Amino acid sequence: MLTGRVGRRRVVTACNAAAAASGARIGMAATQAQALIPDLDLRDADPNGDADALDRLAVWAMRRYAPVCQADPPGGLAIDITGAAHLKGGETALLGDLTARLQRVGVRARAAVAPTYGAAHAVARFRRDLDVVGEFAIDAALAPLPLEALRLPAELPAALRRMGFERIGDLAHRPRAPLQLRFGAELGRRLDQAYGRAAEPLIPVEAPETPRVEQVFAEPIGAPETLARYAGVLAAALCGLLEARGLGVRRLDWLCHRVVNNRIEAVRVGLAGPVRDTRRLTRLLTDRIETIEPGFGIERMTLAASAAEPLDWRPAAGRLGEPAMPDVSGLIDTLSNRIGAERLYRLAPVESDVPERSMRKLAPLAAPTGKAWSPDWPRPARLFRRPEPIETLALLPDNPPTHFTWRGVRRRIRRADGPERIFGEWGRRDAEMWAVRDYFQVEDEAGERFWLFRAGDGEDAATGSQAWFIHGQFG
Amino acid sequence: MPAARSAKLEDLRAQVLALEQADRRPVGVLPFGVAPVDAALPGGGLTLGALHEVAGGGDDAVGGAAAALFAAGVVARLPGPVLWCITRPDLFAPALSQAGLEPDRVIYVEAGDEKALMACFEEGLRHRGLAGVVCETSRLSMTASRRLQLAAEASGVIGLAVRRWRRAAEAADFGQPTAAATRWRVSAEPSAPLPVPGIGRARWRIELMRCRGADAADFILDACDETGRLALPAELARRSASPTARRGRAAA
Repeated sequence: MLTGRVGRRRVVTACNAAAAASGARIGMAATQAQALIPDLDLRDADPNGDADALDRLAVWAMRRYAPVCQADPPGGLAIDITGAAHLKGGETALLGDLTARLQRVGVRARAAVAPTYGAAHAVARFRRDLDVVGEFAIDAALAPLPLEALRLPAELPAALRRMGFERIGDLAHRPRAPLQLRFGAELGRRLDQAYGRAAEPLIPVEAPETPRVEQVFAEPIGAPETLARYAGVLAAALCGLLEARGLGVRRLDWLCHRVVNNRIEAVRVGLAGPVRDTRRLTRLLTDRIETIEPGFGIERMTLAASAAEPLDWRPAAGRLGEPAMPDVSGLIDTLSNRIGAERLYRLAPVESDVPERSMRKLAPLAAPTGKAWSPDWPRPARLFRRPEPIETLALLPDNPPTHFTWRGVRRRIRRADGPERIFGEWGRRDAEMWAVRDYFQVEDEAGERFWLFRAGDGEDAATGSQAWFIHGQFG
Repeated sequence: MPAARSAKLEDLRAQVLALEQADRRPVGVLPFGVAPVDAALPGGGLTLGALHEVAGGGDDAVGGAAAALFAAGVVARLPGPVLWCITRPDLFAPALSQAGLEPDRVIYVEAGDEKALMACFEEGLRHRGLAGVVCETSRLSMTASRRLQLAAEASGVIGLAVRRWRRAAEAADFGQPTAAATRWRVSAEPSAPLPVPGIGRARWRIELMRCRGADAADFILDACDETGRLALPAELARRSASPTARRGRAAA
């Protein structure tokens, strides 16, 4: 249990589950807790240490998720994921990743996505049933929540409750003037912030060792061409800084501070390998200019290499006279920043007879595996995601069908090859213990070739349903 | 035509060609290694810094299996990495590997929609380090294809648009003009019977539907082997080397 001072009293500021079960409460006098629970382990709270730890967590989140992160004490973290969620596969996937990673280090966290900081703060703390709040669903999400969710000064919710206001929904659509007269401006401000009517900028946490360059403008700028020009200027300055340290950028954060309401427009660019090429960095930044809303203009621009790695000069070819290996990392960077890194991949063989499992995805710039699939077994150019049932006429157990009907078209088979028997992988799933597929490559009268299989060996019912399926199309 | 006028015409043609190619990088051609096909193409092969269209014929307009293998066979014979842009993930990589395209060379790009797909295709064509870019798309407008063609000309990278549609009825779209240098249709043809039960090498009817600076033609060829090469069918190989049929001159 932790204790701290509130005014002149020593009170409980935090307790674990066991202490809570014995009757300790946060806000209780420390002496009272000691009287309640014998052999209580009392320690002094360390608010500065907590704040430092939270800041470190914010830096971690900044490195991993989005360029603008802020500690939200006590015990909270605010991340501006505008334009950054797709890099983790969407908002829900980002939340899952965040909570799973915190869980792994022993932090039980609750996370939510909402259009405003205030709404996300409230939903993450007070609603267990909601993860992602849509653009127009703020009211529905906030209305049933208690007043504490609004980040009001400590004594205000109790005072409001005395007046009969229980939930945010009771307050939200009241005339503002009487409320303001009675309770002050803070209530209206917090409501507006939660509903997105008033701006609430996050103050991004900064890691001190990050290479960073900044440009302040006397006159706010806003035209895309001007933004692009200064992106180039900043990129050149950053590359100079990095060269002095022998580093290359792995991730670039471009923050544009807007002149009105202090909002920060952030662009994050990831790179497949360390890069210190001004032209390439500028190109990646200008690709994303359309995501920046300059509003009334941008007064300050920061460019930071939030992840950097050592980069040394390297020869392009192993020996003189050999052709240089083409470098496609620039293209990979451009494409993966545009459509998401997980959508670019190479496929490598996996030792598995089941066709659906015979490949795995690799990063596009991973080292070559030098492996290929066996050339002995013909494989179709198109493999259907799930095999489609077909009607056939075939002699059991080993003959290919004489004809089959697929998608309403009946085809006579002129030539066929098979069966290629593939056994289930019993090591993976119990259901595949005895499963068998007999694959046939068949050609119809027009010369089109298909990959058919029978689920089962044609004799034993334990091996499959003996039904026929089409699994692919040869070229 | 009298010889004097013909020489004048040739001279004019050369001048126009020089004008057209003024801002192009000098690029070569990729011969198919099959005499009748190479003879039907200007320069004796597939132009490298250009956009080419391939589609499947008949039922394969939806599946696009043969068209994909045809494209794989082309890029397999060029050195360097290949960018393969798709929207539907039903391409089966072992088949590409069996058409001569090693898995280490292919980078797949799964674009979410047609717009992103075209952007990726163009970005790939602008990059000089690639052997080629293949893109499976249903729509290819005149504007888009012109952009792609210009990008390919500037970089010297070959671009192959594998056209495939959701429904066979939409394949009529293939008649619309585009800026592509050539347009091919690949459809299945019954293969030669083997003396034993089984299936031999697949056979394709390859139609050169449109070609800038040359006539349309069609050929019956054996499908790509494990190095990506097409071949004349054995029973035809001994005959004189001429396209099996010639059609009227295509609009170029």
